[in-house]
Amino acid sequence: MTILSSKRQKRKSGEEHLQRIIEMCKSVEERGLDPFLIDVNDVITIIREYFPEWQSLEEFNLDAEAINRLASVIKLQSDWVRHRSTSLYTDPFLLEEKLRKLSRESLARLFLHAWHPIVEMEQISPHSLSEAIKYWQGLLPLNERWTKTAFMKTELGAASREELIKQRIIAEKAFTEELETLWRELRQKVGENEKIPYWNFVGADTYEETVRRAYMTSFLVTYGYATFEVHRLEEEIFIIPFSKPRSLLGKKQVVSIPVSVSVEEWRRWKESKRD
Amino acid sequence: MKRKALYLRKLKRATHLLFYRRHRKPGVKGWELRKRLGSDYPKVLGLLDTYLEKLDLQVKTVFEGEKPAEKPTLEQLDRARFYITLRGGLTPKETKMSGWRIDDIAGLAIAISYIISKKGKASREEVEELLRNKLPGWRVDINMDRYIRAGYLAQDENRQLYLDWRTRAEVDEKALIDLLLTVEKTEEEKAA
Repeated sequence: MTILSSKRQKRKSGEEHLQRIIEMCKSVEERGLDPFLIDVNDVITIIREYFPEWQSLEEFNLDAEAINRLASVIKLQSDWVRHRSTSLYTDPFLLEEKLRKLSRESLARLFLHAWHPIVEMEQISPHSLSEAIKYWQGLLPLNERWTKTAFMKTELGAASREELIKQRIIAEKAFTEELETLWRELRQKVGENEKIPYWNFVGADTYEETVRRAYMTSFLVTYGYATFEVHRLEEEIFIIPFSKPRSLLGKKQVVSIPVSVSVEEWRRWKESKRD
Repeated sequence: MKRKALYLRKLKRATHLLFYRRHRKPGVKGWELRKRLGSDYPKVLGLLDTYLEKLDLQVKTVFEGEKPAEKPTLEQLDRARFYITLRGGLTPKETKMSGWRIDDIAGLAIAISYIISKKGKASREEVEELLRNKLPGWRVDINMDRYIRAGYLAQDENRQLYLDWRTRAEVDEKALIDLLLTVEKTEEEKAA
């Protein structure tokens, strides 16, 4: 019992130690303190000492975070050494003293020797000026432009079925009727073979018709008139029609199969058909 | 003769590209120059730089990250940004052309050199405290914002200041620090 409680105590104090290490490293990183304030060897000894005690995922996470923070401090230390070895290194305190002592005039005069301002022109060129004139001439007055963007008032009313067919919002044939026609066609095309390659069924003379057939075929599968057989390695998809519609919803886990029906795929299929 | 005419044409094109500001920031990226002048754009820039020397101007190359110790590779040049800057320094009388008061320039010198001494990163509070030593308090904040807007300094969400693109393009950091360290010696000597 005593051993257990002393172990627990050790883990608790270890957690506190790690928290303190993380906070210390964080403040060095964020507040730009001297990274050599942290004795890396000491910190590693502490992390190593408590490592065998860790059991839970949270404790291992804390341990990993402490190591990660320590690595950032080591990077800062290495940057510091590199900066000191460059010609730009100056003792910040010494430089600060010099900046405080020098007058504004001396500072400005001195800066002018090291300052080489960018030379740039923002002047308009004859070419852009003529382009601007052309644009201005073609620009409609504001009152005319604003009339164009104004909303048009229209009377509310119901659209007739004929109008919807005309606008291709709904099809002339009822959807189910069309679906069943396609199902019959599928069974007819499959014949005794049981299945048919996907493209051989959906492929049509025009791309638009192919897309329409692919769209309807997706409903054949969703509504249980047919199913897909996917050969992933060969990248082949077959359609297998059912003799009676089966509803798989709720009985089996339903998966979505994305099938690309791009113009390129359609052209490739057409060419292969021609060959 | 044909070759000379070709390079003259390229020189003109490079001058237009570098002098006229085409983006929000001035300067042109190396890859843009390659696209417009061809793969020998470093040679064209070299020729332009020689020509500009007579006018006390130069083609300044600002590399991404640190300046390469050896001859830069084409890839490093493509990623670098090129500007036209003054070759020599401005005289105190000429500073009026820049539209900055002597106070503003002194403040900028303090901010830049302090950040350099702090390895390129210093808190805004520290820099402001140092500036208050030379400038009236109400001007300090305005000036700091002005340096940031102009692209000399950048500030992150923790109010840490860094040197920004314009400092890298316009200020010879090493010369500034050297001058700061030596000028005082001279003044001290004079006082002695």
